[in-house]
Amino acid sequence: MNQAFLVKYGEIGIKGKNRHLFEERLVKQVEFALKDVDGIFKVTRPQGRVFVEAQGPVDKTEVLDALTKVFGVTAIAPCTYIEDTGFDDLAKAVVDYVGEEFAGKDFTFKVNARRARKNYPMDSMEINAAIGEKLLDAYPTLKVDVHNPEVMLHIEIREKINFYASEIPGPGGMPVGTNGKAELLLSGGIDSPVAGYMVAKRGVTIDAVYFHAPPYTSERAKQKVVDLAKLISGYSGPMRLHVVNFTDIQLKIYDTCPHEELTIIMRRYMMKIAGHFAKADGALGLVTGESIGQVASQTMQSLLVTDNAATLPVYRPLIGFDKSEIVDIAKRIGTYETSILPYEDCCTIFVARHPVTKPNLKIIKASEARLGKSFEDLVEQAVSEAELVRIPGGISRK
Amino acid sequence: MEIYLDNSATTRCLPEAAEVMTRILTEDYGNPSSLHNKGLAGENYIRHARETVAKSIKAKEKEIVFTSGGTESNNLAIFGAARANRRTGMHVITTAVEHPSVANPFGALADEGYDVTYLPVDRKGVVDCEMLRESLRPDTVLVSMMHVNNEVGAIEPVEEAAAIVHEAAPKAVFHVDAIQSFGKLALFPGRAGIDLLSVSGHKLHGPKGSGFLFIREGVKVAPQILGGGHERLMRSGTENVPAIAGLGVAVEFMTKNLPEHQRKLYAIKKRLVEGLESIDGISLNGPTGEDGAPQIVSATVSGVRAEVMLHALEDRGIYVSAGSACSSHKPGISKTLAAIGLKGDALEQTVRFSTSVFTTEEEIDAAVAAMRDLVPMLRKYRRR
Repeated sequence: MNQAFLVKYGEIGIKGKNRHLFEERLVKQVEFALKDVDGIFKVTRPQGRVFVEAQGPVDKTEVLDALTKVFGVTAIAPCTYIEDTGFDDLAKAVVDYVGEEFAGKDFTFKVNARRARKNYPMDSMEINAAIGEKLLDAYPTLKVDVHNPEVMLHIEIREKINFYASEIPGPGGMPVGTNGKAELLLSGGIDSPVAGYMVAKRGVTIDAVYFHAPPYTSERAKQKVVDLAKLISGYSGPMRLHVVNFTDIQLKIYDTCPHEELTIIMRRYMMKIAGHFAKADGALGLVTGESIGQVASQTMQSLLVTDNAATLPVYRPLIGFDKSEIVDIAKRIGTYETSILPYEDCCTIFVARHPVTKPNLKIIKASEARLGKSFEDLVEQAVSEAELVRIPGGISRK
Repeated sequence: MEIYLDNSATTRCLPEAAEVMTRILTEDYGNPSSLHNKGLAGENYIRHARETVAKSIKAKEKEIVFTSGGTESNNLAIFGAARANRRTGMHVITTAVEHPSVANPFGALADEGYDVTYLPVDRKGVVDCEMLRESLRPDTVLVSMMHVNNEVGAIEPVEEAAAIVHEAAPKAVFHVDAIQSFGKLALFPGRAGIDLLSVSGHKLHGPKGSGFLFIREGVKVAPQILGGGHERLMRSGTENVPAIAGLGVAVEFMTKNLPEHQRKLYAIKKRLVEGLESIDGISLNGPTGEDGAPQIVSATVSGVRAEVMLHALEDRGIYVSAGSACSSHKPGISKTLAAIGLKGDALEQTVRFSTSVFTTEEEIDAAVAAMRDLVPMLRKYRRR
């Protein structure tokens, strides 16, 4: 008997003529997810499924951990497969499987056989009945229930025969790499990593920009962001992370503009700078972790003024989420613990005690005009001197 | 250029110590418990280190227990003394300004049902011995006090305290955390009436993972790590021979030249204090003269968060700490700074300079110049 994993996907199945592109991408993503898992795996794509065969013993939990991170996967069924050497061998293998898989034998069950290979000598109904009988003989405390079984035992007759009794839900979404690329404005907070995850879940490849402000933010704050990028890349694959030194820009704004406008003007320049990297990376949009009303720079008026500085669409997947909902996702995807480490990020250091909550675009632009021509040089310098950190992707052990 | 002024966090290991350690790790790596020659060679390194350490504090060799460092020494002293004397009483005393490796064991004792008294300090960080006298009770079994405060450099009156403890509570054990003072201030526990004394190796140019606890002969301490019975049953586990040998080298270096080191450190401190005091917006905490530790200067920079000050200095190759390095991973207010009366923003605007015998006048001048340069700039940009 051999261990395998049946990987099911939903939405991709309806993609018409492009379907094979999505499926090929999913296979690639599955292979990528498994590259750090101990063992050798053969990934194939029989009708409407991805089938992962383990060549030898593997740690099932480790494999499931990796596969539940692959976007596009709706469910994973760990299954056992055998060569077709006749019905008696099949029956024996199924009896053994049930013996091992279930400690107690006092549940109701139903056998659900499917023949993808129609030349099998028995039809589905016959297989169901015959296997059911063998199981009842072996474990007399079992009961059949064809309407509401506690255990549904699937048997699939393909080139080989596989059977399974449980499914683990996958993350859903679309395979990363099927929907272009976006540039994520990544901070050390709770929201932006979740925003990156959400967009990646729809098949979008992610590159990221982080604004660093030494000495106001520390090397450890930067390391925290690199760690967060690694965690996101566990889902979204390899990522380019641009680390922009934002200090001089911030200080110049501080010196020149009204203090209560500092944050909003800063946000506008972040959009502009992220736009530069988006173009360089071939990204088609910006992604932020903003949600309406969370802080002063995230009111509808502030978002309008911020958007005006962006040359690409700004995607805000968390726009309608409460903080507690964002925290729940952060905990589920594993970024929360890193996000709450106590290193300050550059958005909070100079923030005014009473920032504008209803900025007016004309007034903000007038303030920005006072920054002068030389300011554009500062911005260009920040872009050209940014550090590029390459995040390899794959499972993070954090 | 690197100017390392964070020696109360840790020090650079002496090359002589590192050399001995390399030799032990790669050549004389025998287990001291092994019966063969290789084992004996290992044992000899420990014997030699024990001689050196005992001599440095005028103690007997059997009064020295090698540990993994200051935290373990403090844990062994506090839990060991409290538990071994539990039947005599369950009242224990410490101060409000102890390092977490003392404060947290006392917290754990409180959870076990011990009654803990915390002695307050004055604005310089010094404990009032009269308060100690009033706190002692017939059921007091342990008093623990640091010799030098790691954050502000206050010197606690440990000799006076020892006399009071032994007079007023003869059954109580008196422990001193000498982790910041050893090798900088002379202290002989036998003569001073100290029963237990904790020392850490990496604060005195020895390796990390080394340290010892002095246990005066006859004082009851229950071992906290059980196993093969090493260190006369007090601390089981195969001896960390390289660390112990490295510690021996460092102890010898620090104590042999102590008076000369002390003169040098106080001269450096004076220079640093005068330099910092001449900068607008800086106020110093704790004793700034020879009434305080020779190696620690605590400065509050009004309007500049300690972390920002630290990173700005770091950018110029100057390393200091924000509050105490041991607790700077957690945000949170320093207990010591609060205990000496610092309030509000000042608690988050305090950096610590700590020198070593290798610190030069030029380095101090460069650090002061950097502060003079940075402080006005950093004070300009702040939250409003």
